[in-house]
Amino acid sequence: MRYEAPKTIKEAAGLLAKAKGSAFVLAGGSDLLVRLKSGMIEPELVVDVKRIPSMQTVSKTASGFRIGGAVPCAALGENEALKKAWPGVVEAANLIGSDQIQSRCTIVGNLCNASPAADSVPAMVAAGAKAAVVGPKGKRTIAVEDVVTGPGKTSLKKGEVIEAVTLPKPAPKSGDAYLRFIPRTEMDIAVVSAGVCLTLGPKGVVKKARVALGAVGPTVVLVPAAAKAIVGTKLDDAALAKMAAACEAACKPIDDKRGTIEFRTEVAGVLARRAAGIAYQRAGG
Amino acid sequence: MSEGIHVATTINGDAVEYVCSPRETLLDVLRNRLGLTGAKEGCGTGDCGACSVTVDGRLVCSCLVLGAEAEGREVTTVEGLSTGGKLHPLQSKFIEHAALQCGICTPGFLVAAKALLDRNPDPNEEQIRYALAGNLCRCTGYDKIVRAVSAAAKEIRKQR
Amino acid sequence: MATDTTFTNQEFKIVGTRPPRPDGVDKVTGRARYGADASAAGQLVGLVLRSPHAHAKIKKIDTSKAEKLKGVKAIITSADLPDLTKGDRGMFDMLENCMARGRALYDGHAVAAVAAIDAETARQALKLIKVDYEVLPHVTDVDEAMTPNAPIVQPHVRTTGIEPKPTKASNVSQKSEFGHGDIEAGFKQADVIVERSYKTEQTHQGYIEPHACLASVGPDGQGELWVTTQGHFTFRNVCAALLGMDIAKLKVTSSEIGGGFGGKTHVWVEPVALALSRKANRPVKLVMTRDEVFRATGPTCSTSIDVKIGATKDGRITAATATLRYQDGAFPSIWGMLGAMTSFACYDLANVKSIGYDVLVNRPKVAAYRAPSAPMAAFAVESTMDLLAAELKMDPIDLRIKNAAKEGTRASYGPTYGPIGIGPTLLAAKNHPHMKAPLGKNQGRGMACGFWFNFGGQTCTDLNIGVDGTVSLTVGTVDVGGSRASLSLMAAEELGIPYDRVKCTIADTASLGHNDTTEGSRGTFSSGMATIFAARNAIQVLKARAAKMWDIDVADVDWKDGRAVALRAEHGNLNELTLSEIAAKSPQTGGPIAGHNETVADGAGVSFATHICDIEVDPETGKTKVLRYTVIQDAGKAIHPDYVEGQFQGAAAQGIGWALNEEYVYGKDGRLQNAGFLDYRIPVCSDLPFIDTQILEIPNPGHPYGVRGVGETSIVPPLAAIANALSNAAGVRMTHIPMSPPRVLKAIKNGRH
Repeated sequence: MRYEAPKTIKEAAGLLAKAKGSAFVLAGGSDLLVRLKSGMIEPELVVDVKRIPSMQTVSKTASGFRIGGAVPCAALGENEALKKAWPGVVEAANLIGSDQIQSRCTIVGNLCNASPAADSVPAMVAAGAKAAVVGPKGKRTIAVEDVVTGPGKTSLKKGEVIEAVTLPKPAPKSGDAYLRFIPRTEMDIAVVSAGVCLTLGPKGVVKKARVALGAVGPTVVLVPAAAKAIVGTKLDDAALAKMAAACEAACKPIDDKRGTIEFRTEVAGVLARRAAGIAYQRAGG
Repeated sequence: MSEGIHVATTINGDAVEYVCSPRETLLDVLRNRLGLTGAKEGCGTGDCGACSVTVDGRLVCSCLVLGAEAEGREVTTVEGLSTGGKLHPLQSKFIEHAALQCGICTPGFLVAAKALLDRNPDPNEEQIRYALAGNLCRCTGYDKIVRAVSAAAKEIRKQR
Repeated sequence: MATDTTFTNQEFKIVGTRPPRPDGVDKVTGRARYGADASAAGQLVGLVLRSPHAHAKIKKIDTSKAEKLKGVKAIITSADLPDLTKGDRGMFDMLENCMARGRALYDGHAVAAVAAIDAETARQALKLIKVDYEVLPHVTDVDEAMTPNAPIVQPHVRTTGIEPKPTKASNVSQKSEFGHGDIEAGFKQADVIVERSYKTEQTHQGYIEPHACLASVGPDGQGELWVTTQGHFTFRNVCAALLGMDIAKLKVTSSEIGGGFGGKTHVWVEPVALALSRKANRPVKLVMTRDEVFRATGPTCSTSIDVKIGATKDGRITAATATLRYQDGAFPSIWGMLGAMTSFACYDLANVKSIGYDVLVNRPKVAAYRAPSAPMAAFAVESTMDLLAAELKMDPIDLRIKNAAKEGTRASYGPTYGPIGIGPTLLAAKNHPHMKAPLGKNQGRGMACGFWFNFGGQTCTDLNIGVDGTVSLTVGTVDVGGSRASLSLMAAEELGIPYDRVKCTIADTASLGHNDTTEGSRGTFSSGMATIFAARNAIQVLKARAAKMWDIDVADVDWKDGRAVALRAEHGNLNELTLSEIAAKSPQTGGPIAGHNETVADGAGVSFATHICDIEVDPETGKTKVLRYTVIQDAGKAIHPDYVEGQFQGAAAQGIGWALNEEYVYGKDGRLQNAGFLDYRIPVCSDLPFIDTQILEIPNPGHPYGVRGVGETSIVPPLAAIANALSNAAGVRMTHIPMSPPRVLKAIKNGRH
């Protein structure tokens, strides 16, 4: 195994593109090192991106926020402006692992690890986040929900690195929230999760909504039917029940060591309902 | 065999150089190359916190950091907690409150608790419990650990 | 008499105080050396190759490619560990568990091992070993293993305890029966009978330190082993026997131990490390990964239990029965028997019967886990007690008080109790403010009782007095949770000197006589007893030396508060001599002053606890939260109350984890799916409240200071206490442990219908 720590994103993309065997990006390493040590992967090359300045900052831009791909999630929680604008995304990012993991893990790593249970992803999908991809052939931008194609699989091509995630400027009277279910209070992988982003119109009526569920299918699922169930309502019980039902209908989970199909399906609706309530409050409803 | 990587770093305030293999973790380097066995490997997957150290002031599991990544960083381990021949207040309060039984998790708890008190000198019970959730203890039920951290925080505030 | 074990009800000056532990500074500075913290010049790294199959025939192991890898110094298989057990089946099982012999009996069973110059080379060598398996049908569930068509795990096993003796192989290795009275008549007298079946899943001790050792064997047949263990003398004896070494030529040093809870009571990788070292003629360090710890060491049984209890309207139990099926993993043991023995130990019953079955499955060999077998039995019995109380419309605690065992009660497992603590812990619980605290919505309170035998056993202790009057106390029971502090307190008390004049050390096997493993809550009880006796021996010597210094008859010398006192009026002009003054003169008065004791510490007093807990449940997700938890336990005498409380709290926390989330999850392929701390969910700091403790002291008549073991009992009640609280909170009875959110939510939904 070779370890490289390039100083520029171009250099990183070049190294990855030229690698003969399997090559991996090392950001926080909280997933990669576990796989490396267990023998699940035998990389020829590991490219540490933490020495690349453009990947190490969170910045407020004209169109919203840009979060560098090597920024540890702990730093997102320390960024007051980001927390105020996207509390759901930051909460989700800060739920990944312990304080120890928070110092290392990144939302881009969380995304590229391509687990359906990744905490930050439903929140990012609900928020309409985009990934800035740099590769040997230049740059491209894709929606976060288009990055992951299946468990452990992404649409990134050889040599491509996600340099940053961008979040839009939140619309006026909008709010987001993320909830996950874990058996303990900390340290677990989400058994099921829900991210909700709402924008309100006049009189507290939901104008726009995005609802995304985690750990109920091979990738994070955006559920337009759940959004539709609450748009035009003030989140009354009937609307919430309809939304929960739409979430349940969108679930195609598996039975595994972390939860059952039955449990995930039922709790997906519960969490979406609760997250919508929090988002609604945050939007000023 | 992979080629060795030369690393120059700072550990507990001292300049340290070592050569490690690309796969080697910072924990392996500390324990096997530098003789700093205070950090323990309880799981190797970042789930138990027994290997906790700080890198550039941030609390990490050293089992999930490559030795090569430490280049130019500042690493602090449990061996760096007490200075000038005096125990750190966390260390004395852990003994005073019987906050350890077998003691294998203790170095990790001390490093994690110090990271907490460095950023929040007056944490409440819930804040202590969540800040230490990445450190597993199987002996104490955490009761006396939480009390010791609370007492140490008070002691440190008094000293200021 | 020096070795009189009788409780004397003396007033203590030092025992019962809370001084700092002697190993405290080492443990907070990172200096304390645990199993993986030792190194030797020229040491190799040992790694073990393990079976990925639950049950398989090993047709061939080809190590030729691995042997050719540069840096590989030794590879061993079972061929390098010939059978020297001379027909001792228990020893043979241990040998086979350390290294598979022609068949793999569980996922994680060791099949080969490598020693190489570094971890990377050893890892590559493991990948180059080719094992040809023929996969066989397997069974991992205890009830399934008892069915007639289940795959047979150990073809040589015939069920013992049944007549006529069976001729066919069975997965039931043993049936055992305990009790007395007339069950049928008892149930006939009952106005109310409650009957229920329960299941508990397999859990692991979950010590944070993986098994680790550093082995060194030379061509002269001498060896050393540095190892994390609860019993280095036992390890020495077993390793010497398995490897054909002389006991005296294998020196075993117990490192600081990073938790054991029973899981470090017998050998796993140590004979393998010694065999590797012998073959390579170099020291070998072998450290298990967490994955290996879960797959191949430790766990306790999963169980399936039926309980039936009958009572008259006024709450007097007339009959009780239990059938307890415990899986022991792939090797026969006695865990089902222990479950049957403990099941009704809390109660005074005229008609009682419990039947235990020990069952073989394709899972790792079960090891002791803190009060082994008792928590599952207590879960079933104490849950049924609450059901009975509900049927009788009686307060559950009053039902228990009414039927509690007391001095003179014939225990369901045979003996007649002396003074015991079940009644007092129940009364303390009834009067505890926790019992009266208000509860909110979705919250419930539960309580339950627990019992453990405790154990004494072989013990050997040395006490040496330095010329400055400080005392080296040398013991052979491993200190898992602060026992060096407790033993120093007892030595100081007996000698009449300050605590900080005593330093307690755990001796290696070359420096002291045999000590049984630190298990059965015996450390402070038995080494404490031997320490007291050794101190009394030393006092005899001190008195003789004082007599010599004074030139009077030793019969005229008494020992009081750390000083020699001359007794008779004619010696009135003689000033008292302190221990230090006598010690300073020892080179001139006959040489070093020492006390010694070897004993089989009998009379370990049984122990009881009652727990109270409050639980909140989220009825929409099945998630539970422990709001408040109180442990009340009899300690006999709390030598160092901090560490007694610590045992109560730690045991309760393990029980809480077991009750709510911990479990081994096996796939259909018989492989363990959650061999790591991510998905084997032990409680984290934010999962638990402060755990309140109340220490009761009902002296053990069989110990000079009244000590009872305290380490285990409090893991027994939590499963039931939480199940009872949860049923009160959620309105549904949980009969399957752990009560994980999917199970709770399902029960709530089924209850709704």
